[in-house]
Amino acid sequence: MTVLDRFFEKDRAALSRIISFIENREDGYLRLLSRLYPNCGKGYKIGITGPPGAGKSTLVDKLASYYLEEGHSVGIIAVDPTSPFTGGALLGDRIRMQELSGKGEVFIRSMATRGSGGGLAAATREVSMVMDAFGCDIVIIETVGVGQVELDIAEVCNTTVVVLVPESGDGVQTLKAGLMEIANIFAVNKADRQGSGRLVSEIRHMLDTRQKRDDWNLPVVKTEAVNNVGIEGLKGKIDLHREFLLSQKSAEERLMERARYELNMITRNRIIDTVVPELLDEQTVNYYARIISEGEVDPYSVAEELVSGIDIKKKVKV
Amino acid sequence: MEQKFRILLAKPGLDGHDRGVKVIAAALRDAGFEVIYTGLRQTPEQIVNAAVEEDVDAIGVSILSGAHMTLFPAIKELMDEKGLKDVLLFGGGIIADVDAKKLADMGCGRIFGPGTPTPDVVKYLKEALPGKREKEQIF
Ligand SMILES: Nc1nc2c(ncn2[C@@H]2O[C@H](COP(=O)(O)OP(=O)(O)OP(=O)(O)O)[C@@H](O)[C@H]2O)c(=O)[nH]1
Ligand SMILES: [Mg+2]
Repeated sequence: MTVLDRFFEKDRAALSRIISFIENREDGYLRLLSRLYPNCGKGYKIGITGPPGAGKSTLVDKLASYYLEEGHSVGIIAVDPTSPFTGGALLGDRIRMQELSGKGEVFIRSMATRGSGGGLAAATREVSMVMDAFGCDIVIIETVGVGQVELDIAEVCNTTVVVLVPESGDGVQTLKAGLMEIANIFAVNKADRQGSGRLVSEIRHMLDTRQKRDDWNLPVVKTEAVNNVGIEGLKGKIDLHREFLLSQKSAEERLMERARYELNMITRNRIIDTVVPELLDEQTVNYYARIISEGEVDPYSVAEELVSGIDIKKKVKV
Repeated sequence: MEQKFRILLAKPGLDGHDRGVKVIAAALRDAGFEVIYTGLRQTPEQIVNAAVEEDVDAIGVSILSGAHMTLFPAIKELMDEKGLKDVLLFGGGIIADVDAKKLADMGCGRIFGPGTPTPDVVKYLKEALPGKREKEQIF
């Protein structure tokens, strides 16, 4: 019996093994993903992002409890940074999620960011796919920070909640523009602390002065994750956003959009993983770098020459 | 990609001192391991459940209360039950040689005494982990 056979019999250890296999990009992982693909598409992906220590894990813990109570099967992916110097990581989000496992069908997985940004978004998407295929109809993804990586991961999620806290500097002024773009809901956590009311009105004010993308009225909710206050309200807004998305497009349109997105993302990543390293092997790079640095040629001409010489169809093999 | 080893660190039992585990956690991270720290007062069930979900190569438990001879066997038994036979179980705490021998016979790994230099733990894991886990047919 293979691990995949056990996976389809709902063996949790098999799910775990398969996540590692995908995360490590072991030989054949793309074929495995294509095997799982037909079982995917039912999982709703919720992103929880925000600055370090904002209370994201505590909030995920409480939020997941509500979904479990409703009988959902919940997958949680908690992403923490890999140290760029040592390649190691300290993944501590589970500390805040200790009581969850007794409450129903829940699977928590910590993930280190490991290598590059774009790759992480792909890996996160793939791990959420695996959980989806396993039967998790809610997948919650916790990421820390406000970098490009979080923006890419938000793209993977259906609903993204940006968590802010009163003490995060000068309120909204410190917000990176990107966070505004990805938020579908704002949660002002640690509302038991001073300044939360002001932060809420600052966010509302900022939203008022901004061009709206669609008819979604971006909610700002107050939460006290540690006291389990306001989480049910937050869940209500998430469910509302889900309904909003459903009302915006027909089922065919949504499937078409998903297919377009996936085809784009997968193909791009395949080119980066396969063609780019072959094109830019160390020797080639060193050779051209030297003649560019000596002023003999310019990098645009070299890039053009390199790219025109490849036969994409031959090189991209699964 | 170079293989990443994942280590679960846990602190079962009732005492609330986790400074030792945190020092080890930081040292292992700095040595390139992915360390999953699960926090204080974990039951053997919680520890083994977390190890299943995180697909770890080793479980390290810190026991200062002297309850080795109940906690280690309880965790080991659950590990075998959940299919984690090839996962290394090691620990920290004060333990008599006879007891350490008994645990070793059950298939447990090293128990490090208090104040063990962290490089010793790193070295132990770097030697013990490669090739320890069985390769399974994925699909
Ligand atoms: N006062 C107060 N503290 C809270 C609240 N929610 C969470 N905390 C505390 O904030 C601290 C950080 O909580 P986490 O849930 O670990 O925060 P996080 O955003 O996941 O942290 P990282 O993953 O490390 O970025 C903990 O000590 C929590 O108990 C809240 O509503 N009010
Ligand atoms: Mg967290």
